[in-house]
Amino acid sequence: MSRRLKSGGRLIDRSRPMLFSFNTRSMRGFAGDTVASALLGEGQMLVGRSFKYHRPRGIVTSGPEEPNALLGIGAKGTFEPNARATTTELFDGLEAKSQNHWPSLDFDIGAINSKLWRFFPAGFYYKTFLWPQSFWKHVYEPVIRQSAGLGKPPKARDADHYEHFYAHVDVLVIGGGIAGLTAAKSAGEAGAEVLLVEQTAHWGGRAPVDGAEIDGKPGEAWIDETVAALEAMPNVRLRTRTIGAGVYDHGYTLLDERLTDHAPDPETPRHRLWKVRAAQIITATGAIERPLSFAGNDLPGVMLASAVRDYVVNFGIAPGDRTVIVTNNDDGYRTALVLKEAGLEVPAVLDARAEATGPLAEEVREAGITVQAGRGIAKVTGQGRVQKVWACDQAGSGTNADPIEADGVAMSGGWSPVVHLWSHCGGKLNWVEDQAHFAPDPERAPLCASGKPFVLTAGMASGAMTTADVLADAHRAGQTAAEATGRKGTVKAPEAVAEEVQPMAPVWKMPAQAPYKLKAKSWLDYQNDVKVTDVELAAQEGFESVEHAKRYTTLGMATDQGKLSNINGLAILSGELNSDIPSVGTTTFRPPYTPLVMGAIAGEAKGELFQPIQRTPIHDWHEENGAHWEPVGHWRRPYAFPRNGESVEDAVKREVLAVRNEVGLLDASTLGKIIVKGPDAGRFLDMMYTNMMSTLKPGKCRYGLMCSENGFLSDDGVVARIDDDTWLCHTTTGGADRIHAHMEEWLQTEWWDWKVYVANVSEHYAQFAVAGPKARQVLEALGPDFDVSKDTFPFMAWTEGALGNLPVRVFRISFSGELSYEIAVPASRGRALWDKLLEAGKPHGITPYGTEALHVLRAEKGFIMIGDETDGTVIPQDLGLHWAVSKKKDDFLGKRAQERDHMVGPLRWKLVGLETVDGSVLPDGAYAVGEGTNENGQRSVQGRVTSTYYSPTLDRGIAMGLVQHGPDRMGEVLDFPKVDGEVVQAQIVDPVFYDKDGEKQNV
Amino acid sequence: MSEPASPLGGASFDGLVRITENPPRGMITLRGDLASAKLQKAVETVSGLSVPALQGAVIDGERGVCWMSPDELLILLPHADAASAVAAMSTALNGEHALAVDVSDARASFALEGEGRLIRETLAKLSPADLRMQSLPTGMLRRTRLAQVPAAFYLASETKAELICFRSVAAYVFGILRHAATPGGEVGYLP
Repeated sequence: MSRRLKSGGRLIDRSRPMLFSFNTRSMRGFAGDTVASALLGEGQMLVGRSFKYHRPRGIVTSGPEEPNALLGIGAKGTFEPNARATTTELFDGLEAKSQNHWPSLDFDIGAINSKLWRFFPAGFYYKTFLWPQSFWKHVYEPVIRQSAGLGKPPKARDADHYEHFYAHVDVLVIGGGIAGLTAAKSAGEAGAEVLLVEQTAHWGGRAPVDGAEIDGKPGEAWIDETVAALEAMPNVRLRTRTIGAGVYDHGYTLLDERLTDHAPDPETPRHRLWKVRAAQIITATGAIERPLSFAGNDLPGVMLASAVRDYVVNFGIAPGDRTVIVTNNDDGYRTALVLKEAGLEVPAVLDARAEATGPLAEEVREAGITVQAGRGIAKVTGQGRVQKVWACDQAGSGTNADPIEADGVAMSGGWSPVVHLWSHCGGKLNWVEDQAHFAPDPERAPLCASGKPFVLTAGMASGAMTTADVLADAHRAGQTAAEATGRKGTVKAPEAVAEEVQPMAPVWKMPAQAPYKLKAKSWLDYQNDVKVTDVELAAQEGFESVEHAKRYTTLGMATDQGKLSNINGLAILSGELNSDIPSVGTTTFRPPYTPLVMGAIAGEAKGELFQPIQRTPIHDWHEENGAHWEPVGHWRRPYAFPRNGESVEDAVKREVLAVRNEVGLLDASTLGKIIVKGPDAGRFLDMMYTNMMSTLKPGKCRYGLMCSENGFLSDDGVVARIDDDTWLCHTTTGGADRIHAHMEEWLQTEWWDWKVYVANVSEHYAQFAVAGPKARQVLEALGPDFDVSKDTFPFMAWTEGALGNLPVRVFRISFSGELSYEIAVPASRGRALWDKLLEAGKPHGITPYGTEALHVLRAEKGFIMIGDETDGTVIPQDLGLHWAVSKKKDDFLGKRAQERDHMVGPLRWKLVGLETVDGSVLPDGAYAVGEGTNENGQRSVQGRVTSTYYSPTLDRGIAMGLVQHGPDRMGEVLDFPKVDGEVVQAQIVDPVFYDKDGEKQNV
Repeated sequence: MSEPASPLGGASFDGLVRITENPPRGMITLRGDLASAKLQKAVETVSGLSVPALQGAVIDGERGVCWMSPDELLILLPHADAASAVAAMSTALNGEHALAVDVSDARASFALEGEGRLIRETLAKLSPADLRMQSLPTGMLRRTRLAQVPAAFYLASETKAELICFRSVAAYVFGILRHAATPGGEVGYLP
């Protein structure tokens, strides 16, 4: 069983004990511990149940590649699932829970799956739960989801806050091991601006544990000196607890800084997501040790050899008292020496290579440890943890294995450079035969806009495997990056003594001739429970592409993204396919390198700041007066103003009748307002609108339609001519920015030589409609300095002057069919005018109304609404708007498209009014059914409802719809089935339901 | 006539930096040929300032001229002067293809005051613009984005930034600035 040693642990502070809980059990660790080291210190080797078979699992690694030790950390608003115990720093009061166990970690019912493993091969779900189809959704999936799966999503709102930060820098160095430090120093000394980030809280990476000597100094001393030197350089900045998450085009890099995970503080942002633009990126991300594939390699107590020495040296932990070491390279011997030094037993080093002749092997032999060359592990056995290791000949099939009593196994299958960040933006890899790993190919680097590489690698991330090589490579990377940013490097590289190393030997199966029974217990992907036999089965079943095999077996698809399993898995696949590893290739590396919390991605965009809300100058008044809000784009507009106890429907009804009988007041400030000016402005607007705008007289208004070049109606609004070469175009609320951009695009690309300037002045004005029979009296009460009489200021005219002592521009236009003035006033005086209008209108019963009353009023008049009657497939002619499509003009956007056969065909769906036979309101979007079925066997349809309302004016349901050659079918009754199957009948009528002659607006 | 109202009534926040909504400012969009002598004269007449170079902002107290695009300037002036300045400029530009339009009330503006590095870092939490001193010296206007909305800012001095956004999103911009300037969120990155 693991335990805390009496002394040692370079990262922990034994004078600062910390209490934490694991599955509600109280435990003790020290400042500087990770949750993983603290658990091991308390003898807690079992940390979770596996995904599929619910097998007991323990800690395997000491870093971000950890597949097993995923815990739920925190509670309620600070709960985070799937946190890696190996990278979570301990703090006093931390609460941790294991995942995927039921009812408890020690006794788990799902572990029966482990006994039934024969019945759960790769593709099991695909093959088994096919039929009947409906069972998948209602039976299979819910049950599988309950029993498989790791972290549970948090239920409470995230109590922490997060932020983003944009930074720009010459050289970004990711990884603060000796390679990153060297690269940063050489780039910094050459004069480049450098940002160096390290994912852990400590500099130096593996060097202090692995005993590197640099420039004649012990690793740790060199690291301290180098960090101090970097901190003293004004052009170099350093951040710990900051992980490189993704590299994108143009040197854009995502970093995640964990500010308070190690010391919760609600005042400080929990994470800061850095979005860095770097001219050059150096990935000094090191390498990850690979597991070996022997039976029982997932038992708690089996760990990576590097992790075993990390726990001993960094945290003063004995992962086991008797640890067998199994390796295919020299590195495993380092662990033997570290364990021996700590006074722990190493019963044997099993070296899969035929000979063990390196200096490290010799040193281990001299230390009195048994070294067995050409040997491996047939299987590891034990109840929930390692109890016996069965040593066998690596070349054989695992028969005649010798048992060794042990409580730990340290395995080393060689090292894979962390190439993720290099690969994110297209960096390619080479297979390096003598290390059996993929390493970056500097000849095929990710390229920036200039066609030159913008990502470099340094140290082990390049595939450099000895300290001397790492330092030389990292120094070169720093120099190259600095030179790419226009600096000149002159400083000397740090040096280390060259090491003599015995070559590693690839081992993909242990033993080499392992029978099915052993391979079926040899895990490749711990987190997704994928074994050697699963990948072999995938190959046999024809999933030859690595991407297909990955998806079929789920190898590498868990939250660790196959950091441990990738190379081992594809080696098995290539072996099964009888091809070599490079021709099988790797799966794609995609960001993020490790999972990011959603809060970090959202940054400030949560709660009230989730999305910008656009407010008109009258927003506060609306709020104070009980507006029932409707989102329109990012705007909030009042849908209606229910009074005390009034329902929204009743409010709409009251507001509609007030406009029809007295006078209403609408906040129309959200309408788009675009100024178009220049000698060619008239000609330009004739192209933008379907009707003629150049002939409009100053002082007059005209309703206009805009179409896309495919002829479809895109926006509408009233255009006012301000003077000889200036027009003001109103757009829909949602159209303001879109139409402004549309105009600019045509001016900048097609008609760049036309003399026209446009300006979007939408938000400069507050704009209100005063509509109703008493509208004129309201204006008169505010003492206008202009004549508002019918003759001087007729329908479709505009004027400007002072109203209530405020500067206004007034348009006599109407979307309600009533006598109506739309009054524009600079936004800073919008509220002042609104208040004056309410005051002046009081004697006349002025009633503020919302968007729903606006809709009902326009529908009663048969006025179309962009987005209701149009959906991107409707042309003006479909809506009976022929009168607004000029026949005189040679051209306008959409003209030719509207002449296409299909557009002028006799069967187009066209606008009509619909009146239900029983007076009820048709359901919105309902379809009118026709005879028979279409080619898909669906019921034929011949029309649909586009707008439908209860009309308070007429006291009945009214609707508009598009019906196949509808205008030719007046009086016909159509069937509209409702969702419940009931059929509503409606008659085709004229779409103008109210005041067909337009007398009311023209008074 | 009533006093013009700014959208937030002069709201302010004291955090890593002090954020204050400015009273209404006069702003004129001027589009035209920036090299034209007539246009340059018109700009000088209303602002007393010259046309800035690419990305430049020439600021003198309440008045300023900012480069917005190859054919667009933003003229800053006291709110009360905007309407008359548009009229004067339109007269001065008579016969020239140009557009001068009052956009004062389409905008909200904020001042950020405090330590220079904290002002820059507050903005860098929201804007992808390069806020290093060498990339955004005083006298430069940066059109950019603040979180989810468009905005522009310039450093009036090393201890004061001026920021302009659309009026309708004034409350949102104030909210994100406040969030970015909340004590506890010092980055300590920019010098």
